[in-house]
Amino acid sequence: MTIRGAPAWRLVTTLAAAGGMAGLLIVVVFEWAEPRIEAHRAAVLAAAIDNVLASPAHYDTLYVVDGALRETPPEGVLERDLERVFLGYDESDVPVGFAVTGGEPGYQDIIQLIFGYDPGSGEVVGMEVLESKETPGLGDKIEKDAEFVAEFDGVQTPLVGVKQGAGQGDPSEVDMITGATISSRTVIAIINNRLEELGPLLDTYPATVKR
Amino acid sequence: MSDLFWILISAMVVNNFTLALFLGLCPFMGVSARVATALRMGAANIFVMVITSLTAWVLNTFVLTYAPYLRLISFIVVIASLVQIVEMTIKKLSPTLFRELGIFLPLITTNCAILGLAIFQTNRGYGLLEGLAFAVGAGLGLALALVLMASIRQQTELSDLPGLARNMGLVLIVAASLSMAFMGFAGLLSS
Amino acid sequence: MKSATTAQYDLIRGIWRENPVLIHLLGLCPALAVTNTVANSLAMGLATFFVLMGSSLLVSTFKRFIPHEVRISAYILIIATFVTIADLVLAAVVPEIHKALGAFIALIVVNCMILGRQEAFASKRPVSRAALDATGTGIGFLIAMLMMGSVRELLGNGTLLGYSVFGAGFEPWIIMILPPGGFLTLGVFLLAMGWWRGRTEGAQARVRRWPHGVATRRAA
Repeated sequence: MTIRGAPAWRLVTTLAAAGGMAGLLIVVVFEWAEPRIEAHRAAVLAAAIDNVLASPAHYDTLYVVDGALRETPPEGVLERDLERVFLGYDESDVPVGFAVTGGEPGYQDIIQLIFGYDPGSGEVVGMEVLESKETPGLGDKIEKDAEFVAEFDGVQTPLVGVKQGAGQGDPSEVDMITGATISSRTVIAIINNRLEELGPLLDTYPATVKR
Repeated sequence: MSDLFWILISAMVVNNFTLALFLGLCPFMGVSARVATALRMGAANIFVMVITSLTAWVLNTFVLTYAPYLRLISFIVVIASLVQIVEMTIKKLSPTLFRELGIFLPLITTNCAILGLAIFQTNRGYGLLEGLAFAVGAGLGLALALVLMASIRQQTELSDLPGLARNMGLVLIVAASLSMAFMGFAGLLSS
Repeated sequence: MKSATTAQYDLIRGIWRENPVLIHLLGLCPALAVTNTVANSLAMGLATFFVLMGSSLLVSTFKRFIPHEVRISAYILIIATFVTIADLVLAAVVPEIHKALGAFIALIVVNCMILGRQEAFASKRPVSRAALDATGTGIGFLIAMLMMGSVRELLGNGTLLGYSVFGAGFEPWIIMILPPGGFLTLGVFLLAMGWWRGRTEGAQARVRRWPHGVATRRAA
């Protein structure tokens, strides 16, 4: 049975003690879990970059700050508040391309994706959907349909979406999925919009221009 | 189309809290017998959601950056106490308004739609204005679902139902149809 | 304090007769939102079980020290702690499932079933009974989750736990793994239970009215 009519200090101390214990317990578990969660997050990102840039030897994280790319985040700004792009290199330290993330509303909710972009040739070299809630069996083909995903390996920017079989053989054409036109169109729009935004930055970045 | 407008409409119909995300089912089942009650419940809900969104934004921006693991606990504690304070203030300032909405406030505080709003807002990294648009949209969506459900239930009250449908089963089947209807809103906002 | 019920009844009550989801309609939010596959249902059921068990044990142990006036706040604090732990552990150990369940793990906090068991049972009974009650209720919730999850995954995807059941020729009823499928599945369950209850009650009423008549007809 709980106590009734306890004095006010009793109420406060009880809640404070419970709060203290709760905090302590959570901090202990957090200390144990945090490195694992961080490691998994990093592994997922690395796998995605690996996928869209055709397995670079290593990659650098670059920060978009005031319309310029920087290798280190500015002082006093939290890293997760910054926009990031990733520059992949091959074995001989030659840049192979940028991995860029982006998201826009699709059919159901926001579609988040990452794509590889080679400033040298102006081509998109790979695309992977990171998060989407598109309709199973229709819209989710943007991530599950291997043919559609493969379309983004070597296609000239800006991309142009065309109906299945209506293409003219142009190098910038992407065949959209029948029955998932809106989702396909969104994927293409995300890539085009992101490149419109960042393209000039990426194309003129010293490390890539040197080549 | 502006981001704020998209967030509002998305939370209201495309990803309706009740019919697509299953949040706020308790009032949806419990307070949907009469349209008049449902309307007031919906209004109280919008109100609490706006407060919640503001609270969550303040907590996220100024407090939780340093202790993200205390997010859940602080959300619950702060939102519950704040709603209680608001309830007392309304009672004092406008007894009429309190009679209309007040009884729903404590009910709403322990509702998963409220906590869900705070968590979704955090996970999606919404700022102040985006959060407010999200809260208003989600609140309007809940109110819409409640009123629709109440209108249908008022009609079925007069119908001759088979015995097996006299429990909540019927409400759930109706909810399934409403949810299906709301799926038609998908794609509404894409370019 | 003397318990009003037997230990055995405390254990089995929550499993079926007072099933939290199917009878009391508590915890509907997770029961509908994450039951689109069996694996998600299982993870959600186990996480809820863990939170329920942890909170019940703690509340029952410390019931003498918790003043009546702040009991609800104290319970919520305890529940929120266990939910945060469950959230962190799931994210660290099974990140894929954690991603699929998303915000709904945090929402275990507002599952009225858990707070309800603290208020109605754990705060008044000895620790051993609280553990039995939490086990029963937790299993009852898990069963309901698995029932929903298996029906929805089987019809909506043609698989169970990811293994194909109906073969490649099966055209999945995609609606079942979408939100309306959740409402529909639970609705059909409740209708079936209403029908079953109506039948048994009807039969009992007939027996009461004509005890001999039914017996003779049976015999004949």
